Amino acid sequence: MSELSGTARHNISFTLNGETVSGSAEPRMLLTDFLNYELGLTGNHVGCEHGVCGACTLLIDDNPERGCLTFAVQVDGRDVKTVESLAGREGDLNDLQLAFRKHHALQCGYCTPGVLMSLTAYLEHTPEPNEEELRDMLSGHICRCTGYVGMVKAALDVVEQRKAKA
Amino acid sequence: MADQIDTKPYVGQSIERVEDGILLTGRARFSDHQPTVTGTLHAAMLRSPHAHAEIVSIDKSKALAMPGVSAVLTGQDLTEMASAFLIVIKQPMQHYSLAVGKARYVGEPVAVVVATDRYKAEDALDAIEVEYRVLDAIVDPQKATKPGAPILYEEVGDNVVSTREFSYGEPDKAFAEADRVIKLTAPYPRNSQTPMEGFVVNADYIADTDSYDVASNYQGPFTSHPVMALALGVPSSRLRMRVPAFSGGGFGVKVQIFPYVVLMCLCSKVAGHPVKWVEDRLEHLSAAAAAPNRVTEIEAAVKNDGTVTAFRFDQLDDYGAYLRAPMPGPLYRMHGTLTGAYHIENLAVRNRVVMTNKCPSGMIRGFGGPQMYFAIERLMHRVAVELGLDPLDVIRKNLVPAGSFPYRAAAGALFDSGDYQTAVERAVNEGGLEDLKRRRDAARADGKLYGIGYSVVVEPAQSNMGYLSNILPAEERRKNPKGGAVSNATVNVDPLGTVSVTADSLPQGQGHATVLSQIVADELGLTPADISVNMELDTQKDAWSIATGNYSARFSSSTTVAAHKAAVKVRNKVARIASVTLNVPADQLEFADGKIFAANNPENSLKFYRVAGSAHWTPGSLPDDMDPGIRETGTWSPPELEPPNDQDQINTSLTYGFVFDYCGVEIDRDTGQVHIDKYVTMHDSGTLLNPLLADGQVYGAFSWAIGCALFEEFAYGDDGSFLSGTFADYLCPTAPEVPEPLILHMETPSIFTPLGAKGIGEGNVMSTPACLGNAVCDALDIETVSLPMTPSKISALIHAEETPPPAGGAKQAAPAPAGTGRVIKGSGETTVPAAPDEVWRTLLDPDKLAAVIPGCHSLDKVGDDSYRADVSLGVGVVRGRFRASVDMSDMDPPNSVRLSGGVQGPLGASKGAGNVRLKAVDGGTHVTYDYTVEISGKVAAVGGRMLEGAARIVIGQFFQRLVSQVGGKTAAAGTSPAGETLWQRILRAFGIGR
Repeated sequence: MSELSGTARHNISFTLNGETVSGSAEPRMLLTDFLNYELGLTGNHVGCEHGVCGACTLLIDDNPERGCLTFAVQVDGRDVKTVESLAGREGDLNDLQLAFRKHHALQCGYCTPGVLMSLTAYLEHTPEPNEEELRDMLSGHICRCTGYVGMVKAALDVVEQRKAKA
Repeated sequence: MADQIDTKPYVGQSIERVEDGILLTGRARFSDHQPTVTGTLHAAMLRSPHAHAEIVSIDKSKALAMPGVSAVLTGQDLTEMASAFLIVIKQPMQHYSLAVGKARYVGEPVAVVVATDRYKAEDALDAIEVEYRVLDAIVDPQKATKPGAPILYEEVGDNVVSTREFSYGEPDKAFAEADRVIKLTAPYPRNSQTPMEGFVVNADYIADTDSYDVASNYQGPFTSHPVMALALGVPSSRLRMRVPAFSGGGFGVKVQIFPYVVLMCLCSKVAGHPVKWVEDRLEHLSAAAAAPNRVTEIEAAVKNDGTVTAFRFDQLDDYGAYLRAPMPGPLYRMHGTLTGAYHIENLAVRNRVVMTNKCPSGMIRGFGGPQMYFAIERLMHRVAVELGLDPLDVIRKNLVPAGSFPYRAAAGALFDSGDYQTAVERAVNEGGLEDLKRRRDAARADGKLYGIGYSVVVEPAQSNMGYLSNILPAEERRKNPKGGAVSNATVNVDPLGTVSVTADSLPQGQGHATVLSQIVADELGLTPADISVNMELDTQKDAWSIATGNYSARFSSSTTVAAHKAAVKVRNKVARIASVTLNVPADQLEFADGKIFAANNPENSLKFYRVAGSAHWTPGSLPDDMDPGIRETGTWSPPELEPPNDQDQINTSLTYGFVFDYCGVEIDRDTGQVHIDKYVTMHDSGTLLNPLLADGQVYGAFSWAIGCALFEEFAYGDDGSFLSGTFADYLCPTAPEVPEPLILHMETPSIFTPLGAKGIGEGNVMSTPACLGNAVCDALDIETVSLPMTPSKISALIHAEETPPPAGGAKQAAPAPAGTGRVIKGSGETTVPAAPDEVWRTLLDPDKLAAVIPGCHSLDKVGDDSYRADVSLGVGVVRGRFRASVDMSDMDPPNSVRLSGGVQGPLGASKGAGNVRLKAVDGGTHVTYDYTVEISGKVAAVGGRMLEGAARIVIGQFFQRLVSQVGGKTAAAGTSPAGETLWQRILRAFGIGR
């Protein structure tokens, strides 16, 4: 990465949910702030700003990362996906989103985008987890509303659905 | 065709939520994502690093000169612009949005900066210079009541700011005649459900009308609206509060946004622009609100057969540093139900409100219930143990009898309906209690620590707005009797006959829109998808009242009724219009499947939208006395919510559900970890409006209750320093820690609500901590346990009587000295390539020392052996600038010196001392050192687990720089193959340096 000046704004450009976006940011600007305030995204939520709660989880080059621990300048030239990438263009929910609705896996919905992004990446490389493994993975997220019951049921439901399709 | 019309009501069905689509796609606009006006400024707050300190002076001139800064306000400024907040009791306890005169807790806002963006605002915080005179702090509520304790409010002269005593029946007689008196002290910790979205306020001052327009994720109750308007000095119609439809959790915490609302209003007035503030997590954990910690001394008068004839309570409720309205709600909200689920006619109560140097308390989910039931249900367990009876038999013996409803409890609660005995027996059978007992016996036979716990709870819902007036004596209450609880909802039908609903419940994830759509759809013969529900609230446009908001499980027994009433009004109006065309009396019309038809001739029908739309299109054709258009508001206040009577009896809530829990826990003998083997929770919450959502409320309450029981506590040092400033320190349960409970339901409709529904969202935060506490006490055969039952606490109970480890075992950490907060200690040694004389001269030369101290911007000699320095220090991501003072004493040149002093800055403060000893060795000087540092403020709050390592790094840097200052550069000749200097290797060997 090129050397950055502490006070100057730097031009950055990256792929966000399949489209190229660009803007400028001071090196200290968090990716979450850039998405929220500079690009006007509504799906990425900040819960703790110290990497524990997982609400801001998004995918950078398809790996789940904490948006709040990432500076905007760090994603220059990379691929970023947020919860807005999951539904189809018409707003039709994907299988994971549908399962979340069916199993009441969300209440206030504030932590949900981060959970969905973690699960999206996780189920890619671990398509058939058992409940204990799922709960272990979900331990990277804090949800204060649901007690996690619906999330676990929804994820297991999706695992079964995908198995049946495969 | 008529026979195809589906008349099965939507109410009662587990339909999926109408809210979810927009939430799952990330399109819902939470408060931080609401559009803002161009030119909106951003606020950041400087907060006190001290738990108790006089503010000697604040110099904001440097901050004001920084780029992008529009305004800086201090507490003194506020006193000139606003009034102090009204409080519930008559005491001289002034509270403004910023500290005035002195700061009373770590995290208290002391100044606010308004700038073009949050980053610049936070930059400017570092430039505000505050001089504090630190005072002794008081943290423990019991110690705070003792003479000689530091006093928070000199004007009051006592930390106990309210004491009330109550007596119902003949408690003294009952205790005198009892076979046994069984006592328990039940402390309840300080905690909060910490919503994932913090506070957000966006305020705009409109000079033309001297009014304020505020958008915030406030959750009510709107009893705080007049408090805010009076503080701002405007008629309440000129304080417009707008609440967005989506809020990222509330759990009662967001009741306490109001001081920040007022602060942002004042900032906007000064800055001349809208001002936005978004709370960060450290601000939330340290300063938003906590459930009051409570010390309850409770006694039961009992007969030998287990009958309890009286309770005596002594409740000491800790409200932290300020009594913000509607505090002390948690101490009085449960008042009518102080006898729990039991038929106990005699009751004595002493309630005391105590102030301490901690974050102000608030209403947190279940407010008052967890504290009260932990005492009652732990005591009932003790009664059984002391009498040698089965705990469940003691519960059964004392439950309010079936068939006695509506039942007036001793302190005035009017239990609307229930059958507690049937609920218990069903749960015993359906949950498999006998099997659980066998599991316990088998586990114990294997030598395991296994226990079973029980708890029963009456879960109140929809608070009586008069419950707090019981804090006043009857003669004062009579002047202004308060009671009732008004709810509002509006059903609107537009010109194309489509239906929308607004309501006063300010949901934060409970699915209110879904339930309202079910209720209105049923009444109008439509589907939930036909109903657009907009849960935003705007005090200048919507119907609201003081009870408006989301708290005390209010929705299901209040707003739903108002919505039902509004829908009935719409239905009646539409029916009257239709009856003319259909030539059928209105009361013989039915609504279903989008149609209105004659009950006895379904073919004779009209489309709902056509009839309803005609109220707009052809007002002239309406019946003579009918207003055109269709917009009906339902308003309701239950008559059962009367003011307290002269005997201090108060029906504190409208509905009372019943919860019976039992569980089995196994405790790991080595680690002290509590493992929940099985958990059964039976709820009778009246009619369930949407069972899917009802279970969601139970799961959520249960999950937080697991946190309360096992993990969560806001920890403070004895000096009031706050030690739980991150989610790595304040531990919320995650998916592996929360088992799935078995939920059972019984539905005994409330007789006081038209829909029969009661509350369900708070029960488990009341029942589960007590149930788990009982199970742990059963497993360990101990009398008392305090929450949270962490592994360290439990293993101390298990291993208390163990002999000390043999010599040579791991060294125990020395306990912190009394009156201190976060303490770090360390020692080390290194070798510097210069003679002791040269090292000594470097340490005493301000210029050279400045170059050696990591992050030193300037260093001035202010006395013979005193220095003042301006340094930047950081722990992890928390970095800031500090002013340091260092005094040297016990000087023995060039052999040893003692350094003492402190640092102070926006991130916190510390004081400490260390000894440095120099000894000549081959090739230079061997330096040994030790230090003890006490830390408070933000660094202590967030950096607990990093401080020791960070201190090592900073001290390592100090010696690295000392090495190069005294000629270490020449030592580069000793470069190792890895590129390290000899000295770097030595430093690394000591764990200092990288």
